Amino acid sequence: MLKDVSFGQYYPVKSFVHNLDPRLKILFLIGYIVAIFLAKEFLALGACAAVLLLAVLFARIPVGKVMRAVRGILFLVLFTAAINVFFHGGDAVYWNAPAVLWEWKIFRVTQAGIVFSAFLALRLFLLVICSSLLTYTTTPVSLTDGLESLLTPLKWVRFPVHELALIMSIALRFIPILMDETERIMNAQKARGAALDSGGPAKRVKAIVPVLIPLLLSAFRRADELGDAMDARCYSGGKSRVKYKKLRFSWRDLLAFALLAALIAGVSVMRFFPVFPL
Amino acid sequence: MRIVAEHLSYIYNAKTPFATTALDDVTLTVEEGEFFGVIGHTGSGKSTFVQHLNGLLRPPVRKRGKKRGPAKLMVGEFDLTDKKTDLRALRRRVGMVFQYPESQLFAETVFDDVAFGYKNFAEKKPEAGEVERAVKEAIEIVGLDYERVKGMSPFDLSGGQKRRAAIAGVIVTKPEILILDEPAAGLDPLGKREVMALLNKLKQSWCKTVIVVSHDMDEIAENCTRVAVFSEGKVKYVLPPAELFQHTEELLALGLDVPLTAKLVRALKERGVAIDCNYTMEDFIAKVLAYKGGVC
Amino acid sequence: MANALEYRDVAFSYGEESGFRMEHLNFSVQEGEFVAVLGHNGSGKSTLARLANGLLTPDSGEISVFGVPLTGKNLFDIRKQVGIVFQNPDSQAVASIVEDDVAFGAENVGLPRKEIGERIGFALRAVGMEDYRTATISRLSGGQKQRVAIAGVLALKPRVMILDESTAMLDPRGRREIVEVVKELNEKEGVTVMLITHFMEEALLASRAVVMNRGEIVMQDTPEGIFRRGEELICYNLALPRIGEIARRLRGGGMDVADALDVNTLAEEIAKCVS
Repeated sequence: MLKDVSFGQYYPVKSFVHNLDPRLKILFLIGYIVAIFLAKEFLALGACAAVLLLAVLFARIPVGKVMRAVRGILFLVLFTAAINVFFHGGDAVYWNAPAVLWEWKIFRVTQAGIVFSAFLALRLFLLVICSSLLTYTTTPVSLTDGLESLLTPLKWVRFPVHELALIMSIALRFIPILMDETERIMNAQKARGAALDSGGPAKRVKAIVPVLIPLLLSAFRRADELGDAMDARCYSGGKSRVKYKKLRFSWRDLLAFALLAALIAGVSVMRFFPVFPL
Repeated sequence: MRIVAEHLSYIYNAKTPFATTALDDVTLTVEEGEFFGVIGHTGSGKSTFVQHLNGLLRPPVRKRGKKRGPAKLMVGEFDLTDKKTDLRALRRRVGMVFQYPESQLFAETVFDDVAFGYKNFAEKKPEAGEVERAVKEAIEIVGLDYERVKGMSPFDLSGGQKRRAAIAGVIVTKPEILILDEPAAGLDPLGKREVMALLNKLKQSWCKTVIVVSHDMDEIAENCTRVAVFSEGKVKYVLPPAELFQHTEELLALGLDVPLTAKLVRALKERGVAIDCNYTMEDFIAKVLAYKGGVC
Repeated sequence: MANALEYRDVAFSYGEESGFRMEHLNFSVQEGEFVAVLGHNGSGKSTLARLANGLLTPDSGEISVFGVPLTGKNLFDIRKQVGIVFQNPDSQAVASIVEDDVAFGAENVGLPRKEIGERIGFALRAVGMEDYRTATISRLSGGQKQRVAIAGVLALKPRVMILDESTAMLDPRGRREIVEVVKELNEKEGVTVMLITHFMEEALLASRAVVMNRGEIVMQDTPEGIFRRGEELICYNLALPRIGEIARRLRGGGMDVADALDVNTLAEEIAKCVS
């Protein structure tokens, strides 16, 4: 029963964003990352934030869920921001106060430093929210499909795209099963008095053996059984194979793509003709 | 040890989109000395229920000074709603054999595997002879040849032997209550028969109370003192088999099976022959033969 | 007409240490037949199944499918015709979603995409899972998972279907689901079925039953005929179905009931005796 919650972040609702082609979503993420790194001023980053806000709204993901993704990196962001505040320097003046606000030995807090740190923090937040939006709205399976499709050109250089995708999809399929199995074996050993969740590190490592060995054996046995089942269904590699599901772009994807293109274009223009430069 | 469960509920993945109710307000008592059967479909809550009995799953824990919730679960003197309950002491006295228990074998030899539980539960470091005595006794009662198997890898045993070795690894501490989740699943007919015979033997000489989760209604009818029927997280009946299988129609409506004897009783009733038996094969045959004598 | 499956003088062993050996095995299954294979664990039932579609290669002897001897060259043609469903519902599916998994075999043999779609529809209908086309396999019940596995084999339109203890890990409801599906495939689609099982009641559905012991076929008869030979079954470490035991013990108690293998027949017999 572990399997449903902790595996992947997929949030199962029906929404505009959930229905987008996974390839587009992957490309969108890449494009979006480009856009936030192209952005040089708050107005441009604000535009990026607005687009993301729109995406979150259309994905029907509760805000709390999105914030949870941010919480994970909060410390990292605050730490980077702090470093930047203390060391950035710069003498731009943004509000009615001296350019240098505080100074002690090598530490120097300037207006420019504060503004720059805030900018950086916002950029990181957008990055994380956008990536987690992808995993919230796309099942691991369709992510794999999307990746396989996007990597197809690599077949030309003999990169085993099909095999890689098959490995990924089988792994995805077996993760929940093995997690269940782990839980079962852990329970069985706990019932035999194994101290799995107490004691020091050395003791815990030793305690894991009675779980690990049965788990490995079971994984090998399953791999064997799966191999037979695949053979029995005429599997012979990717050569003469046909893929039943074909990903298709729809009007939604076009719309999302247009939005992304507009964003990148806008941000690029602002890069060369800044409105409120930092 | 007596088991008293009151208003026990359990929800998997609570507060997520995947929340599923596995137990819904279950109230049930198992007396010491019973051979207690638990039946129901996969997903009816029966496995969830038995996992509560040795603390692998817990009812909501009561905080100090706070009012307790409606749920209550006592196993002997252990209060499972008390956060401080000593689970190790509980598990030492309540053994649990999971489905396909052979998948928990891990040690290099059968001896080490069976000794694992004994050593884990020992209060102080046990003396060498003590462990050996306990392991030998456990291996022998499950019907394996101690001298032959003690040095063998558990993975070299046959399917039925593996299962018995795994059971030995649970009963080695002489638990007062032994819980088994479908102990005969996946075995061939002979293996099934051997496992059921083993349970009877354990019940007589080893564990005071045996609780068995099973789909095999014939075995339930033959062996159990009382049976609890789970359906959709609730307990529908708790009755001795002789009374339970009078509800054949209701059980079939729940999609559950009934013992062959109950099916025969029903088919005979349709043909105007009323047999009143306790649904064991022995009693059924005796009653049918007596019926013949009474009429002809 | 050629036999659907034919084993001619087949020998096989898993190597010296395994202690298992199959020698001079001769056995055939006719087209359209429903054969049940019984035997205790390790008696060679699974070996028999795996030899049929080249998952195992015999040490000597010949196996032919619809008159065509199985060789390394026609392996994939044979596998298209002889499908196997295995025991564990959790380790046969390749994909996470029902239709993707059912498509797997059909994709492997390179069918046109439109046809794959049709075959998924056909296979899921045949096993009564058409409403679960886009469901996640890990959330299905054991019986449903096995029905998906059957559909995955059916999508290749095999003429022979082997079930290698496919019901062993299921609960009674799941077992009923599978047995019904298989019976229907045999009757409606004319698929030749070889059902390997531990459950004597399942064997009763077959038109012929065989008993294996130590790599040998030791009994062959109608299921009723087999179960009438109770003592012999016990020698091969098998159990008489409970109902047969009741009939026997009633006879032993002086009641003149004929052997019966289903509830209504036995009830009829008893009713006849007592009134």
